[in-house]
Amino acid sequence: MKASVQKVLDRYKSDPTRLMDILIDTQSEVGYVPDAAVAQIARSLGISRVDVEQTLSFYHFFNRKPAGEFQVYLNNSVVAEMYGRRKVTEAFEEAAGCRFGQVSDDGLIGLYDTSCIGMNDQEPAALINNVVFTRLTPFRVREIIRDIKAGKKVEDLVVEGAGDGENAGKLVRSMVQNNIRKIGPVLDPEYIPGEALKKITRLTPEQVIQEIKLSNIRGRGGAGFPTGLKWEFCRKAQGIQKYILCNADEGEPGTFKDRVILTELPRLLFEGMAVAGYAVGATEGILYVRYEYRYLQRHLENVLAETRKKKLLGKKIMGKEGFDFDIRIQFGAGAYICGEESALIESAEGKRGEPRDRPPFPVESGYLGCPTVVNNVETLCSAVKIILNGGEWYKSFGTKDSTGTKVLSVSGDCKYPGIYEVEWGFSVNDILDMTGADEPQAVQVGGPSGTLIGPDEFDRILCYSDLATGGSLIIIGKQRDLLKDVVMNFTDFFVEESCGSCVPCRSMTVLFRQKLQKILDGHGVKQDIEDMIAWGPTMKINRCGLGQTAVNPILSSIKNFRHLYEDRIRKDRSFDGGFDLQAAVAESCWAVHRKPLTEENDHE
Amino acid sequence: MTMNKIIHFKLDGVDCQAEKGQYILDAAAANGIWIPSLCNMKGIKPHGSCRICTVKVNGRPMTACTTPVVEGMVVESNTEELNDQRKQILEMLFVEGNHFCPACERSGNCELQALVYRFRVAVPRFAFQFPVRNLDASNPRLIKDHNRCILCKRCIRGIKDKEGRNLFAFRRRGHKVEISLDPELAGSLTDEQAQKAMDICPVGALIRKEKGFDVPIGKRTYDKKPIGSEVEQPTVNE
Amino acid sequence: MRKPVIATASLAGCFGCHMSILDIDEKILDLIELVDFHKSPITDIKKFGRKCDIGLIEGGCCNSENVHVLRDFRKNCKILVSVGECAVMGGLPALRNGIPVAECLEEAYLNGPTVHENTERILPNDDELPMILDKVYPCHEIVKIDYFLPGCPPRAELIWEALIGLIQGKEIKIPYEAFKYD
Repeated sequence: MKASVQKVLDRYKSDPTRLMDILIDTQSEVGYVPDAAVAQIARSLGISRVDVEQTLSFYHFFNRKPAGEFQVYLNNSVVAEMYGRRKVTEAFEEAAGCRFGQVSDDGLIGLYDTSCIGMNDQEPAALINNVVFTRLTPFRVREIIRDIKAGKKVEDLVVEGAGDGENAGKLVRSMVQNNIRKIGPVLDPEYIPGEALKKITRLTPEQVIQEIKLSNIRGRGGAGFPTGLKWEFCRKAQGIQKYILCNADEGEPGTFKDRVILTELPRLLFEGMAVAGYAVGATEGILYVRYEYRYLQRHLENVLAETRKKKLLGKKIMGKEGFDFDIRIQFGAGAYICGEESALIESAEGKRGEPRDRPPFPVESGYLGCPTVVNNVETLCSAVKIILNGGEWYKSFGTKDSTGTKVLSVSGDCKYPGIYEVEWGFSVNDILDMTGADEPQAVQVGGPSGTLIGPDEFDRILCYSDLATGGSLIIIGKQRDLLKDVVMNFTDFFVEESCGSCVPCRSMTVLFRQKLQKILDGHGVKQDIEDMIAWGPTMKINRCGLGQTAVNPILSSIKNFRHLYEDRIRKDRSFDGGFDLQAAVAESCWAVHRKPLTEENDHE
Repeated sequence: MTMNKIIHFKLDGVDCQAEKGQYILDAAAANGIWIPSLCNMKGIKPHGSCRICTVKVNGRPMTACTTPVVEGMVVESNTEELNDQRKQILEMLFVEGNHFCPACERSGNCELQALVYRFRVAVPRFAFQFPVRNLDASNPRLIKDHNRCILCKRCIRGIKDKEGRNLFAFRRRGHKVEISLDPELAGSLTDEQAQKAMDICPVGALIRKEKGFDVPIGKRTYDKKPIGSEVEQPTVNE
Repeated sequence: MRKPVIATASLAGCFGCHMSILDIDEKILDLIELVDFHKSPITDIKKFGRKCDIGLIEGGCCNSENVHVLRDFRKNCKILVSVGECAVMGGLPALRNGIPVAECLEEAYLNGPTVHENTERILPNDDELPMILDKVYPCHEIVKIDYFLPGCPPRAELIWEALIGLIQGKEIKIPYEAFKYD
């Protein structure tokens, strides 16, 4: 093991800022990251073991002990539950002979829950040793485990021909489907790589920024900061080295549009990064991709190599002196928070994905302390089209304050889940019609951190001034128990994904979950609802967007579905501490072999 | 030495001065106004994680310990809303750990407790979590009691070895996060480092072995005077 | 005017808070002029014979009997006050909250250093005995509590000020030195 870890260390020149890669590669070699490897890595990087450990223990996909030769990560998103996850879970446990969170006795199979893996349109889905398995059924699960036990390779278990487009290609070979349902200017397959680069070589960086500013495009990740302005700030910032980071860490449950872009239009994305590099004066780009999409690694690396060969990346792009730009791919290791731009930077530097204090903003001091632009995949792709067709052209799409198009990821209770590129200004009703959703009870707009709306608000418009969204829409049918199946699932998600730095985010998420559970258990009183409404605003003082929105599922459902809470609370009392005497004494009665307390023998 | 440029800002309606680049928290103190804080400590790089020092800068919540003053800034700190949020944070810290003041060596000298006194928290509004946490006394010099740890990262930020390596670090994430002490470097922990760790810790999570309970009740830091009074200018009422 | 009636109880506490009530020294004479004591260890009245105005609770709940007494107090007192660290937060008894109950019982009755006579290795299980709760609960997690007096014990001054405030409906002014958790 020592030699293979050393090889990994050499590969990254023992650079502590590449700790993520070092850990990912070590785990690929060894299967997990044992103590000895931690010590070896620490020594080689000149940092302490706890420093290695603090990065290692932050990310969900790193293992500190043997985690099974075959590691099954089954998505636990709301939509997976809608599509029969419970039965799939049972099938896995029965076939593997161990529970979720455990490894089978022979060390062959490890079963784990994982947050949304970006396959909401083809659930239930799982990653098995980084290979994606979609639309799982108990039958299929039994087949998979049987074949694993029979010694087959995971790659050989995928259903040939199930995947479309590049998914069917040799380098991806996955069952994943793109489900592109509506194409607009960004998803338009009629795209010739290099045209935009050719065009910008005739423009000054300032002119490029001007065009982007003219288009009024705003960040597509969800926060909606004007892209042109971000580029301009970075351009003007002092710094010899500058960076373009592309955020492909789409972790918001229900979002999967970047996965489709990475699969089908990576050239467009790389060109977008190069355009941004030219505009701000950066020579290096990093594409930060969530670990869940590692199945795309060979494909992406291959396209990168091909792009370099075509001189669309590298030195003297398009033959222009001084236009140097290249890209490396950085994988995450399982942490939703890394989709927050400063957490993403920290992670790309090999650290825990904890958001930074601002100011300073990344445009002034970002990756390795240098001026950095962090843009969403879709933003960079749109930038290429803006350069090609002009800012004015782009403004002809969408509304006045929300120009252009938005690629939506639609999933849940509808006939046609998938991705839809629509102009801003679309109403929720339009989307429901388009996706074949019959009489939904609610729509979660913008993922768990967004807004839960009911039918009386389906006429609302997708745009930055009304329903702003990073693009996730989860449609929830009438048959679902909104609080138990949806709101609780989202709340669990935030408890799991908080980085733990800010007190309100770390603690309040847990307290809210407890309150919701109390209400679901029939111990809720009116005060519990009032408490949550009163405490909610304190989340606004958390450092980052995740923390600020982490109790939104509950607050938003109280606001728009208050009757569901009212229906469940006790009307006969104003106080209920949730205390259950019979339950509280059960353990001690068992310990001393005493008859447990019941209604009958509880004589007060 | 060059004179630092003096800039002006308003804090709770009071005209204040600051040196350019000074954090709001420090500038406030220099003007005799106390902004409550907990994860912050003089001499250690600010981190802004407890959020107690959150103030409103031109209407937006910002941490006073990490935000530099800018000319003309309008800052609100002593408002009912912010003070209640501070109280909530203190209460969250109380319920997310196991804080048994009567049995704690740090009682009377504890910053968390002192803030709770100052904000008059009679009882946390949140449900006690009583988490199962360890007390690690394996090091010959230092006891690490996770029950009392408030995860402020002061020990992480403030204590390094000669090579600049971290002795302390976070482990895991979210509500499962905890402080770990480097197994290798901890072996060579000096009395001086152990004392520094204890001094840096705002609560009783890091205690030097055979130390503690060495100041009688009545003479401890916060027995008679509330936290913050050290920076506040005496007013007519006091 | 009818004198307000006070009841007191010590649950999972050490009687230190009751001692602190006595620590108001000569003011105890004033207090007796102002109020009547009903069910309380001070009067040795075991059962509620009348409704009380104020109930003072020392200690949290560690067993089923504590819960029953506390609920009885809630039924019979208009105002219920958690007095002291244990009632408010569980206090030192709650140090056991991280340890499984079975382990606590075994330590107390089988394996602890002070166990000598338990040769038959019996864990007390007579039906007459209260049942141990899975953890020690602060009082307000079981019944509604109206006021909280922190301290271990609460300073006599704090108890006095609070009682006078409650009895006479006056605004309570508690000096900084009297508000402590230890």
